[in-house]
Amino acid sequence: MDILKFLTAGSVDDGKSTLIGRLLYDTDSVLADQLEAIQKSNRKNDDGTVDLAILTDGLKAEREQGITIDVAYKYFQTEKRKFIIADTPGHIQYTRNMVTGASNADLAIILVDARKGVIEQTIRHSYLVSLLALEHVVVCVNKMDMVDYSEEVFEKIHADYHQLAIKLGIKEVTFIPVSALKGDNIVNDSINMPWYKGKSLLAHLETVPVHQVDHLLPARMAVQWVVRPQTDELHDYRGYAGRVLSGALSVGEEIKVYPSGNKSKIKRIETFDGDLQIAEEGKSITLHLEDEIDISRGDMIGEIERSPLVSNQIEADICWMDTRELDTTATYFIQHQSKVTRCKIKEVLYKVNINTLEKVNADTFGLNDIGRVEIKTADELAFDPYESNKRNGGAIIIDSRTNVTVGALMLRAAL
Amino acid sequence: MDYLDQLEAEAIAILREVAGQFEKPALLFSGGKDSITLVRLAEKAFRPGKFPFPLVHVDTGHNFPEVIEFRDQLVQKLGEKLIIGHVQDAIDSGRAIEQKGKNASRNALQTVSLLEVIEKNQFDACIGGARRDEEKARAKERIFSVRDEFGQWDPKRQRPELWNTFNGKIHKGENVRVFPISNWTELDVWNYIKRENIEIPSIYYSHHREVIERNGVWMAAHEFLNMDADDKIYTKSVRFRTVGDMTCTAAVESEKTEIDDIILEISQSKISERGARMDDKVSEAAMEDRKKGGYF
Repeated sequence: MDILKFLTAGSVDDGKSTLIGRLLYDTDSVLADQLEAIQKSNRKNDDGTVDLAILTDGLKAEREQGITIDVAYKYFQTEKRKFIIADTPGHIQYTRNMVTGASNADLAIILVDARKGVIEQTIRHSYLVSLLALEHVVVCVNKMDMVDYSEEVFEKIHADYHQLAIKLGIKEVTFIPVSALKGDNIVNDSINMPWYKGKSLLAHLETVPVHQVDHLLPARMAVQWVVRPQTDELHDYRGYAGRVLSGALSVGEEIKVYPSGNKSKIKRIETFDGDLQIAEEGKSITLHLEDEIDISRGDMIGEIERSPLVSNQIEADICWMDTRELDTTATYFIQHQSKVTRCKIKEVLYKVNINTLEKVNADTFGLNDIGRVEIKTADELAFDPYESNKRNGGAIIIDSRTNVTVGALMLRAAL
Repeated sequence: MDYLDQLEAEAIAILREVAGQFEKPALLFSGGKDSITLVRLAEKAFRPGKFPFPLVHVDTGHNFPEVIEFRDQLVQKLGEKLIIGHVQDAIDSGRAIEQKGKNASRNALQTVSLLEVIEKNQFDACIGGARRDEEKARAKERIFSVRDEFGQWDPKRQRPELWNTFNGKIHKGENVRVFPISNWTELDVWNYIKRENIEIPSIYYSHHREVIERNGVWMAAHEFLNMDADDKIYTKSVRFRTVGDMTCTAAVESEKTEIDDIILEISQSKISERGARMDDKVSEAAMEDRKKGGYF
């Protein structure tokens, strides 16, 4: 059994909360004490059934202050898989929230209202999904009960969205006609849409292949911690602890340390549960090298053949996440893997109007703005272009005065 | 990778980030299964080296004796440092005031002692075993959760957490609560304990115990609870699903003494884990309010 992390993109009106509530309810993931709380509530649907959207209700602070917290995580499991839902609230600050949720998701569900079809909001959500390079997209055409479960309506939306996906370069899209309110094709197959031959949403989520180690990706491991017991028996012990970000590392393999460029060979791959011959993507390990070279936290260990880009002048896409505008004269911190260094965002190349996908001129970025920038960093970073290896292509910008995370970066090129 | 391997690798990476980013971290250890799991994960992250942090236990003075005994044995076996903050000290000196009445509990007073221990030792990061599936306020908390100098959680000021990049930058006086098993569920923890063959306090397994009924749940009959003549004492076969202090942790009736049976029982259970916690029954936003006051 493995884990699928997914996010749902849509606003309250699209029935997003109802869809999540339906998934939890129909998979028997709502426990008795939570169900009791729901049944006590006065919120009911028109036909008297419980309003499943309550299952995604917010905190007291959110209700009182009319705010929404960027992401709430929900957990459920079936016999086939464990699921983590990143539930991102749909109204204000939506771009920031969705980017945050999408950065840790394997799959995105994009909700389209069957009555409205592909609208500006669908474009916006889909653009963000393509920007964050999610592997899988499911378009749920919701509220099919409101359009008499019409195949024609579904096919029209299917065709329209297909055009959008091509434009955005989204490769894998699955279309499912659903009614979250009535439960059609969410967990149970719909009896109202015999013309639909595909899987229900849950059946799709249970079977879509994820987390297959991509052997085409280059080996990368950021050093997080140097293990040095300095005891009598382990006097010369020196291990480099980190997580394999992409590809695989094996014993005997020649490696290079970036940005220094020093070379060595892997002597041992250690874990608490015994040594490994090969460590694949995702594994947390401790590496031992043949040579004594200078390596510390923040360094990147990678294969020799396909080296990362090493530069202190970087072009990147940015999503600005703070109410205070980007200041092109200020010094920020940039955090890429275990490396933190100072930087300046020297130039705004353009801003993207995410409703029309047009590139427009801009001098700065405000909250939720997205566009392309040029960054100069104090120390060199060893990264891969986000589109070719997102596991080593994302970084964050931290305000050096407030320490708050103010921007998400998709690193694109070394200048 | 199997889901437990995925969760484990993620938690190890988070613990190593704590070691790399902070000057004086600590691991909050309650003697419960979640913090025992954290200890195993710390071994996986840092052995054969020492932990780059001490264990910290905030002892209400009302803990199950079995748990305290277990704690001391584990610490000895690990060879790591344990720092204990006593709620009793805070009460004796008047910094905390004991609750009165039948439902009196020292659970809320832990916050006072926790903040004192943090301040005294200048901890800048406290690793805790909270999980997002426990409660809806937890569901919205970050893995690196920044607290101000009063220990307060401000849901509005949470930092966006992208990819596996954790921003631990803070101002002096602030500290970060770090939750490496955020993405684990109760069942994941149990399955991991089974897979790893991790020892846990005996009270997690069924045993015979004198109990009294309080607000519809079974509580251990003990002098720590304010019992009176109306409280009828029963002897039942029970086990504890969460281990907090005696005054706030309810027992569930169970005959299960093997971990497989307990896992099965939990996976079939229709009551959520925190349904057995008196501290969450106070109000709908009980957890949210306590976290804002500095609770972990």
